[in-house]
Amino acid sequence: MIHLQNIRKRFRRPDGGWFDAVCDTSLSIGAGEVFGLIGFSGAGKSTLLRLINLLERPDGGAVIVAGQDLTALDAKALRRARQQLGMVFQQFNLMANRTVAGNIAFPLEIAGWSAADIASRVAECLEIVGLADRAEHYPAQLSGGQKQRVGIARALAPRPKVILADEPTSALDPKTTQSILDCLKDINQRFGVTVVIVTHEMHVVRSICHRAAVLDAGSVVEVVEVNGAEVDARSALARSLLEAA
Amino acid sequence: MEELTFAAALTDLASMAPEIWQACRETALMLAVGLVAAIALGGPLGIVLYLSQPGQLFANRWVNGLLGWTVNLVRSFPFIILMVSLVPLTRLIVGSTIGPVAAAVPLSFAAIPYFARLVEQTLREIPRGVVEAAEAMGASPMQIIVKVLLNEARSGLISSLTILTISFLSYSAVAGVVGGGGIGDLAIRYGYYRFQTDVMVAMVLLLVLIVQIIQFAGNRLASRLDKR
Repeated sequence: MIHLQNIRKRFRRPDGGWFDAVCDTSLSIGAGEVFGLIGFSGAGKSTLLRLINLLERPDGGAVIVAGQDLTALDAKALRRARQQLGMVFQQFNLMANRTVAGNIAFPLEIAGWSAADIASRVAECLEIVGLADRAEHYPAQLSGGQKQRVGIARALAPRPKVILADEPTSALDPKTTQSILDCLKDINQRFGVTVVIVTHEMHVVRSICHRAAVLDAGSVVEVVEVNGAEVDARSALARSLLEAA
Repeated sequence: MEELTFAAALTDLASMAPEIWQACRETALMLAVGLVAAIALGGPLGIVLYLSQPGQLFANRWVNGLLGWTVNLVRSFPFIILMVSLVPLTRLIVGSTIGPVAAAVPLSFAAIPYFARLVEQTLREIPRGVVEAAEAMGASPMQIIVKVLLNEARSGLISSLTILTISFLSYSAVAGVVGGGGIGDLAIRYGYYRFQTDVMVAMVLLLVLIVQIIQFAGNRLASRLDKR
Protein backbone atom coordinates (compact mmCIF):
# COMPACT_ATOMS: atom_id res chain seq x y z
CA MET A 1 0.00 0.00 0.00
CA ILE A 2 2.78 2.43 0.95
CA HIS A 3 6.28 2.28 -0.50
CA LEU A 4 8.89 4.79 0.54
CA GLN A 5 11.90 4.53 -1.76
CA ASN A 6 15.21 6.06 -0.74
CA ILE A 7 13.61 9.14 0.73
CA ARG A 8 15.69 11.87 2.25
CA LYS A 9 14.69 14.97 4.17
CA ARG A 10 16.81 17.55 5.88
CA PHE A 11 15.98 20.77 7.66
CA ARG A 12 17.89 23.99 8.05
CA ARG A 13 19.01 24.41 11.64
CA PRO A 14 18.82 27.84 13.26
CA ASP A 15 22.65 27.94 13.30
CA GLY A 16 22.67 27.60 9.50
CA GLY A 17 23.74 23.96 9.40
CA TRP A 18 21.64 21.06 8.19
CA PHE A 19 19.80 18.48 10.22
CA ASP A 20 19.17 15.13 8.52
CA ALA A 21 15.70 14.16 9.71
CA VAL A 22 15.38 11.18 7.39
CA CYS A 23 18.37 9.76 5.53
CA ASP A 24 17.97 7.49 2.54
CA THR A 25 15.16 5.38 3.98
CA SER A 26 13.08 2.72 2.24
CA LEU A 27 10.04 1.12 3.78
CA SER A 28 7.09 -0.94 2.55
CA ILE A 29 3.81 -1.11 4.40
CA GLY A 30 1.21 -3.64 3.30
CA ALA A 31 -2.52 -3.06 2.79
CA GLY A 32 -4.53 -3.67 5.94
CA GLU A 33 -1.49 -3.53 8.18
CA VAL A 34 -1.13 -1.61 11.44
CA PHE A 35 2.42 -0.37 11.18
CA GLY A 36 4.29 1.41 13.95
CA LEU A 37 7.06 3.97 13.66
CA ILE A 38 8.89 3.97 16.95
CA GLY A 39 11.97 5.71 18.27
CA PHE A 40 13.18 8.28 20.77
CA SER A 41 12.53 12.00 20.34
CA GLY A 42 14.24 13.40 17.27
CA ALA A 43 14.61 10.00 15.61
CA GLY A 44 12.66 11.27 12.59
CA LYS A 45 9.49 9.25 13.08
CA SER A 46 7.04 12.14 12.74
CA THR A 47 8.91 13.48 9.73
CA LEU A 48 8.75 10.05 8.13
CA LEU A 49 4.99 9.95 8.70
CA ARG A 50 4.52 13.46 7.29
CA LEU A 51 6.48 12.46 4.22
CA ILE A 52 3.82 9.84 3.42
CA ASN A 53 1.16 12.47 2.70
CA LEU A 54 3.73 15.01 1.59
CA LEU A 55 3.08 17.47 4.44
CA GLU A 56 6.87 17.40 4.21
CA ARG A 57 8.20 17.13 0.68
CA PRO A 58 11.21 14.79 0.46
CA ASP A 59 14.50 16.14 -0.87
CA GLY A 60 14.90 12.92 -2.81
CA GLY A 61 13.23 9.55 -3.37
CA ALA A 62 9.69 8.45 -4.17
CA VAL A 63 6.56 8.17 -2.03
CA ILE A 64 4.23 5.60 -3.60
CA VAL A 65 0.78 5.23 -2.08
CA ALA A 66 -1.75 2.85 -3.67
CA GLY A 67 0.41 2.61 -6.78
CA GLN A 68 0.68 6.37 -7.25
CA ASP A 69 3.91 8.33 -6.87
CA LEU A 70 2.75 11.33 -4.83
CA THR A 71 5.92 13.31 -5.47
CA ALA A 72 5.07 13.34 -9.19
CA LEU A 73 1.58 14.83 -8.75
CA ASP A 74 0.61 18.45 -9.34
CA ALA A 75 -1.09 20.40 -6.55
CA LYS A 76 -4.63 19.47 -7.57
CA ALA A 77 -3.93 15.76 -8.01
CA LEU A 78 -2.08 15.73 -4.69
CA ARG A 79 -5.12 17.23 -2.94
CA ARG A 80 -7.26 14.48 -4.43
CA ALA A 81 -4.76 11.81 -3.34
CA ARG A 82 -4.67 13.27 0.17
CA GLN A 83 -8.40 12.76 0.48
CA GLN A 84 -7.57 9.04 0.50
CA LEU A 85 -5.13 9.51 3.38
CA GLY A 86 -6.70 10.33 6.72
CA MET A 87 -4.55 11.88 9.42
CA VAL A 88 -4.86 11.91 13.22
CA PHE A 89 -2.79 14.32 15.32
CA GLN A 90 -1.37 14.37 18.82
CA GLN A 91 -2.98 17.75 19.50
CA PHE A 92 -6.21 16.69 17.72
CA ASN A 93 -6.24 19.86 15.58
CA LEU A 94 -10.01 20.13 15.55
CA MET A 95 -11.74 23.30 14.42
CA ALA A 96 -12.95 25.01 17.58
CA ASN A 97 -15.81 26.86 15.87
CA ARG A 98 -17.30 23.76 14.29
CA THR A 99 -19.40 21.21 16.13
CA VAL A 100 -18.30 17.58 16.37
CA ALA A 101 -20.53 16.78 13.37
CA GLY A 102 -19.16 19.83 11.53
CA ASN A 103 -15.58 18.70 12.07
CA ILE A 104 -16.30 15.24 10.73
CA ALA A 105 -18.19 16.74 7.79
CA PHE A 106 -15.25 18.97 6.83
CA PRO A 107 -13.24 16.47 4.73
CA LEU A 108 -16.46 15.43 2.97
CA GLU A 109 -17.35 19.04 2.18
CA ILE A 110 -13.99 19.65 0.59
CA ALA A 111 -14.29 16.40 -1.36
CA GLY A 112 -17.57 17.70 -2.78
CA TRP A 113 -20.04 15.25 -1.23
CA SER A 114 -23.76 16.12 -1.28
CA ALA A 115 -25.37 17.35 1.95
CA ALA A 116 -27.46 14.18 2.29
CA ASP A 117 -24.44 11.88 1.84
CA ILE A 118 -22.46 13.95 4.32
CA ALA A 119 -25.21 13.76 6.94
CA SER A 120 -25.52 9.98 6.75
CA ARG A 121 -21.75 9.39 6.65
CA VAL A 122 -21.19 11.71 9.64
CA ALA A 123 -23.83 9.81 11.62
CA GLU A 124 -22.16 6.52 10.67
CA CYS A 125 -18.71 7.72 11.76
CA LEU A 126 -20.06 9.12 15.04
CA GLU A 127 -21.54 5.70 15.70
CA ILE A 128 -18.23 3.96 14.93
CA VAL A 129 -16.27 6.06 17.43
CA GLY A 130 -19.08 5.99 19.99
CA LEU A 131 -19.93 9.70 20.04
CA ALA A 132 -23.40 9.67 18.55
CA ASP A 133 -24.73 11.70 21.49
CA ARG A 134 -22.11 14.43 21.08
CA ALA A 135 -22.81 15.48 17.48
CA GLU A 136 -23.82 19.06 18.32
CA HIS A 137 -21.17 19.67 20.98
CA TYR A 138 -18.16 21.88 20.31
CA PRO A 139 -14.62 20.53 20.83
CA ALA A 140 -14.15 22.75 23.90
CA GLN A 141 -16.92 20.79 25.60
CA LEU A 142 -15.18 17.42 25.12
CA SER A 143 -12.52 15.50 27.06
CA GLY A 144 -9.16 14.72 25.44
CA GLY A 145 -10.18 11.19 24.61
CA GLN A 146 -13.44 12.37 23.04
CA LYS A 147 -11.56 14.96 20.99
CA GLN A 148 -9.29 12.27 19.65
CA ARG A 149 -12.31 10.13 18.76
CA VAL A 150 -13.60 13.06 16.73
CA GLY A 151 -10.16 13.26 15.12
CA ILE A 152 -10.36 9.59 14.20
CA ALA A 153 -13.92 9.91 12.89
CA ARG A 154 -12.84 12.87 10.79
CA ALA A 155 -9.94 10.89 9.34
CA LEU A 156 -12.21 7.93 8.64
CA ALA A 157 -15.10 9.87 7.09
CA PRO A 158 -13.97 9.99 3.43
CA ARG A 159 -13.39 6.20 3.49
CA PRO A 160 -9.60 6.47 3.21
CA LYS A 161 -7.33 3.56 2.38
CA VAL A 162 -4.79 4.74 4.93
CA ILE A 163 -4.90 6.54 8.27
CA LEU A 164 -1.71 8.24 9.43
CA ALA A 165 -1.64 8.72 13.20
CA ASP A 166 1.01 11.05 14.66
CA GLU A 167 1.41 10.20 18.37
CA PRO A 168 -2.39 9.95 18.72
CA THR A 169 -2.28 8.98 22.39
CA SER A 170 0.66 11.00 23.69
CA ALA A 171 -1.59 13.75 25.07
CA LEU A 172 -3.88 11.27 26.84
CA ASP A 173 -3.89 9.39 30.14
CA PRO A 174 -3.20 5.61 30.13
CA LYS A 175 -6.82 4.53 30.34
CA THR A 176 -7.94 6.80 27.54
CA THR A 177 -4.89 5.73 25.54
CA GLN A 178 -6.10 2.15 25.57
CA SER A 179 -9.58 3.09 24.43
CA ILE A 180 -8.20 5.14 21.54
CA LEU A 181 -5.91 2.28 20.52
CA ASP A 182 -8.86 -0.11 20.62
CA CYS A 183 -10.79 2.30 18.44
CA LEU A 184 -8.00 2.36 15.84
CA LYS A 185 -7.66 -1.40 15.99
CA ASP A 186 -11.39 -1.81 15.51
CA ILE A 187 -11.34 0.44 12.45
CA ASN A 188 -8.41 -1.49 11.00
CA GLN A 189 -10.17 -4.82 11.48
CA ARG A 190 -13.65 -3.80 10.36
CA PHE A 191 -12.76 -1.68 7.37
CA GLY A 192 -9.33 -2.97 6.39
CA VAL A 193 -7.86 0.53 6.65
CA THR A 194 -4.07 0.56 6.72
CA VAL A 195 -2.88 2.39 9.84
CA VAL A 196 0.55 3.93 10.25
CA ILE A 197 1.12 5.06 13.82
CA VAL A 198 3.97 7.11 15.24
CA THR A 199 4.76 6.53 18.89
CA HIS A 200 7.55 6.55 21.41
CA GLU A 201 5.83 3.95 23.58
CA MET A 202 6.50 0.26 23.02
CA HIS A 203 3.18 -0.34 24.74
CA VAL A 204 1.36 1.13 21.74
CA VAL A 205 3.30 -1.12 19.37
CA ARG A 206 2.53 -4.18 21.48
CA SER A 207 -1.15 -3.50 21.73
CA ILE A 208 -2.06 -2.76 18.09
CA CYS A 209 0.81 -3.06 15.60
CA HIS A 210 1.51 -5.96 13.29
CA ARG A 211 4.96 -4.67 12.51
CA ALA A 212 6.98 -1.63 13.49
CA ALA A 213 10.03 0.18 12.20
CA VAL A 214 12.54 1.17 14.88
CA LEU A 215 14.07 4.52 13.96
CA ASP A 216 17.23 6.20 15.09
CA ALA A 217 18.89 9.36 13.75
CA GLY A 218 16.76 9.36 10.63
CA SER A 219 17.31 5.75 9.65
CA VAL A 220 15.39 2.51 10.09
CA VAL A 221 17.43 0.37 12.46
CA GLU A 222 15.17 -2.65 12.20
CA VAL A 223 11.65 -3.67 11.31
CA VAL A 224 10.23 -5.78 14.11
CA GLU A 225 7.38 -8.28 13.92
CA VAL A 226 4.80 -8.20 16.68
CA ASN A 227 3.14 -11.53 17.51
CA GLY A 228 0.47 -11.14 20.09
CA ALA A 229 2.22 -8.96 22.64
CA GLU A 230 5.60 -10.48 21.79
CA VAL A 231 8.03 -8.23 19.98
CA ASP A 232 10.83 -10.04 18.22
CA ALA A 233 13.56 -7.42 18.48
CA ARG A 234 17.24 -7.91 17.62
CA SER A 235 18.76 -4.44 17.73
CA ALA A 236 19.98 -2.98 20.99
CA LEU A 237 17.84 0.12 20.37
CA ALA A 238 14.63 -1.88 19.98
CA ARG A 239 15.51 -3.79 23.14
CA SER A 240 16.06 -0.58 25.09
CA LEU A 241 12.70 0.74 23.89
CA LEU A 242 11.16 -2.54 25.01
CA GLU A 243 12.66 -2.22 28.44
CA ALA A 244 11.59 1.39 28.76
CA ALA A 245 8.00 0.31 28.24
CA MET B 1 -30.12 79.54 37.74
CA GLU B 2 -28.80 76.06 37.05
CA GLU B 3 -32.20 74.77 36.00
CA LEU B 4 -32.78 77.73 33.81
CA THR B 5 -29.50 77.20 31.95
CA PHE B 6 -30.28 73.51 31.56
CA ALA B 7 -33.75 74.26 30.22
CA ALA B 8 -32.30 76.83 27.85
CA ALA B 9 -29.76 74.30 26.65
CA LEU B 10 -32.51 71.80 25.96
CA THR B 11 -34.53 74.32 23.97
CA ASP B 12 -31.41 75.30 22.11
CA LEU B 13 -30.62 71.68 21.26
CA ALA B 14 -34.21 70.93 20.34
CA SER B 15 -34.12 73.75 17.82
CA MET B 16 -31.00 72.17 16.34
CA ALA B 17 -32.50 68.71 16.03
CA PRO B 18 -32.55 68.70 12.22
CA GLU B 19 -28.89 69.68 12.11
CA ILE B 20 -27.95 67.05 14.67
CA TRP B 21 -29.83 64.43 12.72
CA GLN B 22 -28.07 65.54 9.54
CA ALA B 23 -24.70 65.26 11.32
CA CYS B 24 -25.52 61.75 12.47
CA ARG B 25 -26.34 60.72 8.92
CA GLU B 26 -23.09 62.22 7.64
CA THR B 27 -21.07 60.39 10.27
CA ALA B 28 -22.88 57.14 9.47
CA LEU B 29 -22.16 57.61 5.78
CA MET B 30 -18.43 58.28 6.32
CA LEU B 31 -18.15 55.28 8.61
CA ALA B 32 -20.09 53.00 6.30
CA VAL B 33 -17.92 53.80 3.28
CA GLY B 34 -14.72 53.49 5.30
CA LEU B 35 -15.74 50.19 6.86
CA VAL B 36 -16.90 48.67 3.58
CA ALA B 37 -13.57 49.63 2.00
CA ALA B 38 -11.71 48.24 5.00
CA ILE B 39 -13.52 44.91 4.84
CA ALA B 40 -13.48 44.57 1.04
CA LEU B 41 -9.85 45.61 0.50
CA GLY B 42 -8.18 45.57 3.92
CA GLY B 43 -9.56 42.08 4.70
CA PRO B 44 -7.97 40.36 1.67
CA LEU B 45 -4.80 42.39 2.20
CA GLY B 46 -4.61 41.14 5.78
CA ILE B 47 -5.11 37.55 4.60
CA VAL B 48 -2.28 37.92 2.06
CA LEU B 49 -0.05 39.48 4.74
CA TYR B 50 -0.73 36.47 6.95
CA LEU B 51 -0.36 33.78 4.30
CA SER B 52 2.89 35.22 2.94
CA GLN B 53 4.60 35.08 6.34
CA PRO B 54 7.42 32.58 6.77
CA GLY B 55 6.06 29.12 7.57
CA GLN B 56 2.60 29.85 6.18
CA LEU B 57 0.81 28.50 3.13
CA PHE B 58 2.26 30.99 0.63
CA ALA B 59 5.41 31.99 2.47
CA ASN B 60 7.10 34.67 0.37
CA ARG B 61 9.59 37.02 1.93
CA TRP B 62 9.39 39.59 -0.87
CA VAL B 63 5.62 39.84 -1.08
CA ASN B 64 5.34 39.94 2.70
CA GLY B 65 8.11 42.53 3.02
CA LEU B 66 6.72 44.80 0.31
CA LEU B 67 3.13 44.67 1.57
CA GLY B 68 4.22 45.11 5.17
CA TRP B 69 6.31 48.10 4.24
CA THR B 70 3.47 49.72 2.27
CA VAL B 71 1.00 49.16 5.09
CA ASN B 72 3.42 50.73 7.57
CA LEU B 73 4.00 53.65 5.22
CA VAL B 74 0.32 54.57 4.99
CA ARG B 75 -0.13 54.02 8.69
CA SER B 76 2.75 56.38 9.50
CA PHE B 77 0.85 59.41 8.24
CA PRO B 78 -0.95 61.47 10.85
CA PHE B 79 -4.54 61.27 9.61
CA ILE B 80 -4.95 64.98 8.98
CA ILE B 81 -1.83 65.04 6.81
CA LEU B 82 -2.92 61.94 4.93
CA MET B 83 -6.21 63.67 4.26
CA VAL B 84 -4.55 66.77 2.86
CA SER B 85 -2.12 64.71 0.78
CA LEU B 86 -4.99 62.80 -0.73
CA VAL B 87 -6.89 65.90 -1.85
CA PRO B 88 -5.97 65.41 -5.54
CA LEU B 89 -7.01 61.74 -5.40
CA THR B 90 -10.25 62.65 -3.65
CA ARG B 91 -11.04 65.24 -6.31
CA LEU B 92 -10.34 62.64 -8.98
CA ILE B 93 -12.61 60.02 -7.44
CA VAL B 94 -15.47 62.08 -6.03
CA GLY B 95 -15.14 65.28 -8.07
CA SER B 96 -15.11 67.39 -4.89
CA THR B 97 -13.15 67.64 -1.69
CA ILE B 98 -16.01 68.77 0.49
CA GLY B 99 -18.75 66.73 2.10
CA PRO B 100 -19.00 63.31 3.75
CA VAL B 101 -18.46 61.37 0.51
CA ALA B 102 -15.22 63.22 -0.16
CA ALA B 103 -14.11 62.71 3.43
CA ALA B 104 -14.81 59.00 3.02
CA VAL B 105 -11.91 58.70 0.55
CA PRO B 106 -9.05 59.42 2.99
CA LEU B 107 -10.97 57.60 5.70
CA SER B 108 -11.06 54.48 3.53
CA PHE B 109 -7.43 54.95 2.62
CA ALA B 110 -6.47 54.93 6.29
CA ALA B 111 -8.91 52.16 7.23
CA ILE B 112 -7.60 49.62 4.69
CA PRO B 113 -4.07 49.13 6.11
CA TYR B 114 -5.36 49.49 9.65
CA PHE B 115 -7.84 46.67 9.21
CA ALA B 116 -5.30 44.59 7.25
CA ARG B 117 -3.00 44.58 10.28
CA LEU B 118 -5.86 43.70 12.61
CA VAL B 119 -6.88 40.79 10.35
CA GLU B 120 -3.28 39.57 10.09
CA GLN B 121 -2.90 39.63 13.85
CA THR B 122 -6.20 37.86 14.43
CA LEU B 123 -5.37 35.07 11.97
CA ARG B 124 -2.05 34.48 13.71
CA GLU B 125 -3.91 33.20 16.72
CA ILE B 126 -5.22 30.16 14.85
CA PRO B 127 -3.10 27.12 15.74
CA ARG B 128 -0.92 26.11 12.80
CA GLY B 129 -1.96 22.49 13.35
CA VAL B 130 -5.57 23.22 12.42
CA VAL B 131 -4.50 24.63 9.06
CA GLU B 132 -2.15 21.69 8.62
CA ALA B 133 -4.98 19.24 9.30
CA ALA B 134 -6.99 20.87 6.52
CA GLU B 135 -3.99 20.64 4.18
CA ALA B 136 -3.60 16.97 5.05
CA MET B 137 -7.27 16.40 4.19
CA GLY B 138 -6.69 17.83 0.73
CA ALA B 139 -8.32 21.25 1.17
CA SER B 140 -7.53 23.85 -1.48
CA PRO B 141 -6.04 27.21 -0.47
CA MET B 142 -9.41 28.91 -1.01
CA GLN B 143 -11.17 26.30 1.15
CA ILE B 144 -8.55 26.78 3.84
CA ILE B 145 -9.04 30.56 3.80
CA VAL B 146 -12.83 30.52 3.87
CA LYS B 147 -13.69 27.38 5.81
CA VAL B 148 -10.77 27.27 8.22
CA LEU B 149 -9.06 30.64 8.70
CA LEU B 150 -12.04 32.98 8.52
CA ASN B 151 -14.35 30.62 10.37
CA GLU B 152 -11.89 29.91 13.17
CA ALA B 153 -11.01 33.61 13.50
CA ARG B 154 -14.58 34.93 13.19
CA SER B 155 -14.92 36.10 16.76
CA GLY B 156 -11.55 37.87 16.68
CA LEU B 157 -12.45 39.45 13.35
CA ILE B 158 -15.63 40.91 14.84
CA SER B 159 -13.60 42.32 17.74
CA SER B 160 -11.15 43.83 15.24
CA LEU B 161 -14.01 45.38 13.32
CA THR B 162 -15.33 46.87 16.56
CA ILE B 163 -11.96 48.46 17.29
CA LEU B 164 -11.78 49.79 13.74
CA THR B 165 -15.30 51.26 13.89
CA ILE B 166 -14.64 53.12 17.11
CA SER B 167 -11.27 54.45 15.93
CA PHE B 168 -12.85 55.65 12.73
CA LEU B 169 -15.73 57.30 14.50
CA SER B 170 -13.08 59.53 15.98
CA TYR B 171 -11.16 59.89 12.67
CA SER B 172 -14.40 61.00 11.03
CA ALA B 173 -14.53 63.95 13.41
CA VAL B 174 -11.14 65.06 12.05
CA ALA B 175 -12.45 64.63 8.52
CA GLY B 176 -15.29 66.90 9.53
CA VAL B 177 -12.90 69.79 10.06
CA VAL B 178 -12.09 69.97 6.38
CA GLY B 179 -15.71 69.95 5.36
CA GLY B 180 -16.70 66.37 5.86
CA GLY B 181 -19.56 67.17 8.17
CA GLY B 182 -20.69 64.79 10.85
CA ILE B 183 -21.10 64.83 14.62
CA GLY B 184 -17.53 65.87 15.38
CA ASP B 185 -17.79 68.73 12.93
CA LEU B 186 -20.98 69.96 14.53
CA ALA B 187 -19.31 69.91 17.94
CA ILE B 188 -16.39 71.96 16.63
CA ARG B 189 -18.43 74.46 14.65
CA TYR B 190 -21.01 75.24 17.33
CA GLY B 191 -19.32 74.15 20.50
CA TYR B 192 -15.80 75.38 19.82
CA TYR B 193 -16.00 78.23 17.33
CA ARG B 194 -19.26 79.69 18.64
CA PHE B 195 -18.66 78.91 22.32
CA GLN B 196 -21.93 76.99 22.57
CA THR B 197 -20.74 74.68 25.30
CA ASP B 198 -24.14 72.98 25.50
CA VAL B 199 -23.80 71.78 21.89
CA MET B 200 -20.25 70.61 22.55
CA VAL B 201 -21.30 68.65 25.62
CA ALA B 202 -24.32 67.18 23.88
CA MET B 203 -22.27 66.03 20.90
CA VAL B 204 -19.59 64.48 23.10
CA LEU B 205 -22.30 62.70 25.09
CA LEU B 206 -23.80 61.47 21.84
CA LEU B 207 -20.41 60.10 20.75
CA VAL B 208 -19.91 58.45 24.13
CA LEU B 209 -23.28 56.76 23.73
CA ILE B 210 -22.50 55.59 20.18
CA VAL B 211 -19.11 54.18 21.23
CA GLN B 212 -20.69 52.31 24.14
CA ILE B 213 -23.34 50.83 21.87
CA ILE B 214 -20.80 49.76 19.22
CA GLN B 215 -18.53 48.15 21.81
CA PHE B 216 -21.43 46.42 23.52
CA ALA B 217 -22.80 45.04 20.25
CA GLY B 218 -19.32 43.98 19.13
CA ASN B 219 -18.61 42.15 22.37
CA ARG B 220 -21.97 40.41 22.31
CA LEU B 221 -21.58 39.22 18.73
CA ALA B 222 -17.95 38.16 19.25
CA SER B 223 -18.74 36.09 22.29
CA ARG B 224 -21.73 34.51 20.61
CA LEU B 225 -19.53 33.42 17.69
CA ASP B 226 -16.73 32.15 19.91
CA LYS B 227 -16.98 28.42 20.58
CA ARG B 228 -13.37 27.94 21.72
